[in-house]
Amino acid sequence: MLTLLFDGIAYGMLLFILALGLAVTMGLMNFINLAHGAFAMAGGYITVLLMQRAGVPFLLCLPAAFLGAALLGAVLERTLYRPLYRKPHLDQVLFSIGLTFMAVASIDWFMGSTQQFIQLPQWLKGRTEIGTGAWTLGMGHYRLFIIAVCAALTVVLQYILSNTRFGSRLRASVDDQRVAAGLGINVNMVFLSTFAFGCGLAGLGGALGAEVLGLDPTFPLKFMIYFLIVVAVGGTSSITGPLLAALLLGIADVAGKYYIPKMGAFIVYLLMIAILIWRPQGLFVRQGGKA
Amino acid sequence: MSDVVLSCQGLVKKFGGITATSDVTLDLRRGARHALIGPNGAGKTTLVNLLTGVLEPTAGRIVLDGQDITNLAPHLRVRRGMVRTFQINQLFASMTPLQTLALVVSQQRGQGGRFWQPLGRDRAVAQRAEQLLESFRLAEVMDVPTEQLAYGKRRLLEIAIALACEPRVLLLDEPVAGVPAGEREEILQTVAALPADVSVLLIEHDMDLVFSFAKRMTVLVNGAVLTEGDPDAIAADPRVREVYLGHGETAGEEEPAHA
Amino acid sequence: MSDNTSRAHLSLLDATRWRVWEPLLWIAAFAAPFVLSQHAAIINEIAIVALFALSLDLVLGFTGIVSLGHAAFFGFGAYTAALFAKHVMPDPLVGLAVGIATSTLLGAFASFTVQRGSDLTRLMVTLGAALILLELANKLDWLTGGADGLQGVVMGPVLGRFEFDLAGRTAAWYSLTVLLVLFVIARRLVHSPFGATLKAIRDNRLRAMAIGIPVGSRITVAYTIAAALAGAAGALLAQTTGFASLDVFEFHRSADVMLILVVGGTGWLYGGVLGAIVFKLMQDFLSAITPQYWTFWLGLFLVVLVLVGRDRLLKPWTLFQRGRTA
Repeated sequence: MLTLLFDGIAYGMLLFILALGLAVTMGLMNFINLAHGAFAMAGGYITVLLMQRAGVPFLLCLPAAFLGAALLGAVLERTLYRPLYRKPHLDQVLFSIGLTFMAVASIDWFMGSTQQFIQLPQWLKGRTEIGTGAWTLGMGHYRLFIIAVCAALTVVLQYILSNTRFGSRLRASVDDQRVAAGLGINVNMVFLSTFAFGCGLAGLGGALGAEVLGLDPTFPLKFMIYFLIVVAVGGTSSITGPLLAALLLGIADVAGKYYIPKMGAFIVYLLMIAILIWRPQGLFVRQGGKA
Repeated sequence: MSDVVLSCQGLVKKFGGITATSDVTLDLRRGARHALIGPNGAGKTTLVNLLTGVLEPTAGRIVLDGQDITNLAPHLRVRRGMVRTFQINQLFASMTPLQTLALVVSQQRGQGGRFWQPLGRDRAVAQRAEQLLESFRLAEVMDVPTEQLAYGKRRLLEIAIALACEPRVLLLDEPVAGVPAGEREEILQTVAALPADVSVLLIEHDMDLVFSFAKRMTVLVNGAVLTEGDPDAIAADPRVREVYLGHGETAGEEEPAHA
Repeated sequence: MSDNTSRAHLSLLDATRWRVWEPLLWIAAFAAPFVLSQHAAIINEIAIVALFALSLDLVLGFTGIVSLGHAAFFGFGAYTAALFAKHVMPDPLVGLAVGIATSTLLGAFASFTVQRGSDLTRLMVTLGAALILLELANKLDWLTGGADGLQGVVMGPVLGRFEFDLAGRTAAWYSLTVLLVLFVIARRLVHSPFGATLKAIRDNRLRAMAIGIPVGSRITVAYTIAAALAGAAGALLAQTTGFASLDVFEFHRSADVMLILVVGGTGWLYGGVLGAIVFKLMQDFLSAITPQYWTFWLGLFLVVLVLVGRDRLLKPWTLFQRGRTA
């Protein structure tokens, strides 16, 4: 059972990193970006390509995945996304679905539709077990690695958000765009860099998650719902909200699939619908903030 | 005494740490011409939002016709005769004034649930809509989609919608806000011509309109009632002047300009 | 004065009159399975998809709810009709009625989930509902045939007389008739005071509340009716193809129907019909060229559609105007 918890936490942290970019995009630009999963997929495929074709070691691929996805995000933001910020949500949904279809089909064409496998370095394979009997905690080393990386990232991000000037500018822009612009904050730059960063995080998550979640062209469509759940339940006005939502989701999913395999993903969807009906603005919304 | 149609008692609204409405008590009598004035940010629109149910009060009571409506849903308050207009036009962009008013009238007459007959079938509804269009000088533009109308016409439609609801209590939120000088007259005349038994609460910054219209005034400052009384008393009250003009010299007492 | 009364009255009624081209369109539609008899199957598909899109129009175009899970009702109608035909009775019209009835119930049940919350919340909840049904259909494979689908649905003759022929002409006429009947009903609904309140909710929910419209219950009714129509479309699919599979619940169904409606134009009821025709033809055309990757072109089309502006694409003469904000 402890192992389940552990696995759930690892899964949750991974989802958090993957979904954080989406949460910020939604909160900052009020843009429903269903193509977010495509950036994650990009990170995953960049890693695969680098490892398989260029022999780059796994650890180096991670920052590469981040940068690649971030760059892609920056370019797309400047060219395609920016004109759409003020369009109705329906248009944004259609646009991002279209983008996703294009991404899925392109990857299918270039890389084929089979699952991609990543050869983890030796030191990340393996497993440590603590405790005995029902209280055994089995920690896969890779999952441990994921938790460590994601936790570190979370701490750094929280620091950036609350202690740096960029963080203040970001928070101001989220709170009220017009006022922020009036204060001389270059809102365009904030949007661009935040969007790119969010895509980068997604790319990193995709690279990290390839081994755990699987990587094939249908990745964006398969996991989009999970990212959306994290954002819808966790809210977009903090980092801790999506974090808790992601952990909840991760644990629920893992536990659900183990204890009630017949129901599987079911539980997650039901839970989400129940939460959203109870608290339509998400579980963790700041009082008095913009929803 | 039971001449009071709408009343709020000790109304409070807090947003997190900010108190937008602080212990407001207000009585509106039948046939009232009551103005609510105060500097920007005083909480006038918030008060209207509280009265109409758009916002939930943190504390206090609202009584309409002797019935406590503090927890009543917004659309039910409208059914009981409390109608408001919005400071920023809230219209139905894709519908024409005719369609809009026909809709409001049929909704008001309980026909909103009719799903089989076309909207124009009921002659009485069309007649009433036409009447309203005439009195609000919208007849020439009755078939123009709202999003294409000039601002002054839109403002007239905004008020026409409220009247189409056959209100007993009418809350007008800055009816001439942003209306170009040439088009104000129409609105002012319409406001002046409101039926005598309708109780009106007017929020306005235009002091001409306020003083020509109101028989009673309440001054709201920082969410709380500063004072209340008839227009002459309010105009003479030094505290009111201070709130609007601030401390220091008034015009006419300037120092001579430096050479 | 009475002159103007007539004017207002006439103007209102004028909006609800049948335009000249409408009966012509329907006559052409019904003639098609006869004239283009080798394409009867695709005509059938178009009619079904048009009905599905029409149902979404009620929700999206007339009430303003962005739903990504409308396939839930479509699929539910399909499976219940298929199961009914297989286990109870193969009469098409009774099966259709059953499909509609069950979808209506599901719609009424689900409608309270779209009452509150932002666009994102509603998106999520509708999406989630469709996914739950997909999972259910998958897991209850003893009932639904799971991933293999429900096969061997053999239908009896329509009204006891018209057998479903191999060429698909009976199927096409059957679907077209159902489409027409439901279309007329939807049309009356949309032009009624009730329909006007829906449009008011779509245009300005705040003001709709402020004129006494009970927004919550109107949304419930609209959503339920839309579910009924979607269920009818699903039932038609199962009945005319003799088959119901998991893909009726899939995300791409919900996404496709939204695209179809948007291409045809929301809020004027014929959007679904027009969009269905365009979409099906485009799909056929592109699939013949690139069977595997036609979703790429679909995606590209969506991106371009949104960037250029939905209005401009549909009314090409506005292409070079400086856009008015909608």
